[in-house]
Order: sequence, then structure tokens, then C-alpha cells
Amino acid sequence: MNTIQNSLKLIIPSHSENEGLARLAVSGFLASAGADVSTIAELKTAVSEGVTNAIVHGYRGSYGNVTLEIKLFKSGRVKITIADKGRGIEDIERAMEPLFTTAPEEERAGLGFAIMESFCDKLRVKSSVGKGTRLTMEKYIKNGSQG
Amino acid sequence: MLPKLEYCTDKRILTAFLCGEIDHHSARAVREAVDIAIEKHRPALLVLDFSAVTFMDSSGIGLIMGRFKRMQEHRADILVANPSDSIAKLMRLASVERIVRIVYTAHSANVKE
Repeated sequence: MNTIQNSLKLIIPSHSENEGLARLAVSGFLASAGADVSTIAELKTAVSEGVTNAIVHGYRGSYGNVTLEIKLFKSGRVKITIADKGRGIEDIERAMEPLFTTAPEEERAGLGFAIMESFCDKLRVKSSVGKGTRLTMEKYIKNGSQG
Repeated sequence: MLPKLEYCTDKRILTAFLCGEIDHHSARAVREAVDIAIEKHRPALLVLDFSAVTFMDSSGIGLIMGRFKRMQEHRADILVANPSDSIAKLMRLASVERIVRIVYTAHSANVKE
């Protein structure tokens, strides 16, 4: 049940170009795991939101590394963690409210968490101010070849 | 990638053919290019065409909402055209269709073929 079948760890500097790199890594990993097209599209979007949050909010006005880790379990469960050592979130509940954003000037829609929640089976957010944030997303992937 | 912009003087329609991946990294340049064209032409209708967009996250939602507000300020209209299935799903999740009409044109079929 909890046997790891494959895993990937990516440490990227918080440059916005790397949002695309993180998506590429996730879609490559999931494609090789046999995930179907719509599952790949959903997790790619969820990861894009998480990594963008780390870059835009976690490292606002500064730079650091974003760590992306993906694990595929034998059961078909995929666990993705996105961690930064940035400023952290003061009020997680508020940050997770749809349309709430601290960066309206950048036209951030405030939908990142809502999208992550709806595209994953499970989302956990751990954060401490001044230390950073860790997101954990889980989803069961449907095998494309089995329909 | 920057959008291709087309302005039809006759009907005062500005069409922005967005392309590639729209994320936080790429959205700023797209936004600036579209806004410059809006100021230049003052269109009665802005069409954001998504036929050639391969990926979009909430940055794309921000882009649509921002242009909606701008067109409202000019008392002009906005349409979203031809999003792919996964992009349409994201737009539904964000309730985009409550403020902006989403249309599908024959043009998209040609692009996707």
C-alpha cells in the first residue's frame, strides 16, 4: 500500500521561469507513471499554483529555493510536496479563502488554493511565519492505458 | 509568447490570439501587450482567443478579470473564445462565465486540426 514505486526531487531557485520547469517535471513524471491526460493537466495546474505561491508570496522581495517532491506509491497514490523557506503565511485560513490575495497589483486572482483543493484529493498546508511553507497534495491517478 | 493582435476598424473589434503557456511568468508581458493595443484602438469589443493556449493557471484568470475591468472602464465589451477542455474547466471553477461570455467559433477547429 505504501511502497514507493518512483520518486522525483527537484530543487529550483525562486525565479518565475522555473514555474514552467516545475510543470514539465511533474507532467513528465506522471506521464511515465501512466496517468491519463486530464489527471496530468489537473496536477500540472495545481503544482503551477503551489510553486507560483512560493515564488510570489513565500519569497516576496527575496530569493530562495523551492523544493518540489513527487512520490508515486504502488497503490496509484501520488504525493506532491512543495516547500519554501520564505516568509510563511500568517493566517492560513484566510489565505485559503477564494479570491483572497495579498498581491492584487500583480493581478493575482486569489484562486491558487481553491484550484489546488479542487484538483487534488487532499491538500495540507503547514506554515510558520519567518520559516516557510510546505504544501502537501495527494491524488490517486487513473492509469491512462486502463481507460 | 506574445499574442498576435488584430484590430478590425469597421466593427471596432480587437482580437488577441493568446498562445503557449499562460502562467505568472508569462502573464505580465501578455497583459502589457494587450493593454497597449486597448489604449491605442479603444475597441468596442475585446476578444481573448485561447485557441493556441496550451496551458493556463490562475494567472490566466487574473488576466481575464483585469481586462474585463479595463473594458468596463471604457464602457466596452469582452469575450473569451475557444478555450481547450482543461482551460474551460479552470474557467468554470473560477466562475468566469458569470461575468464574461465564453464562445466557440469555427476558427478554433481549424487551429486545432
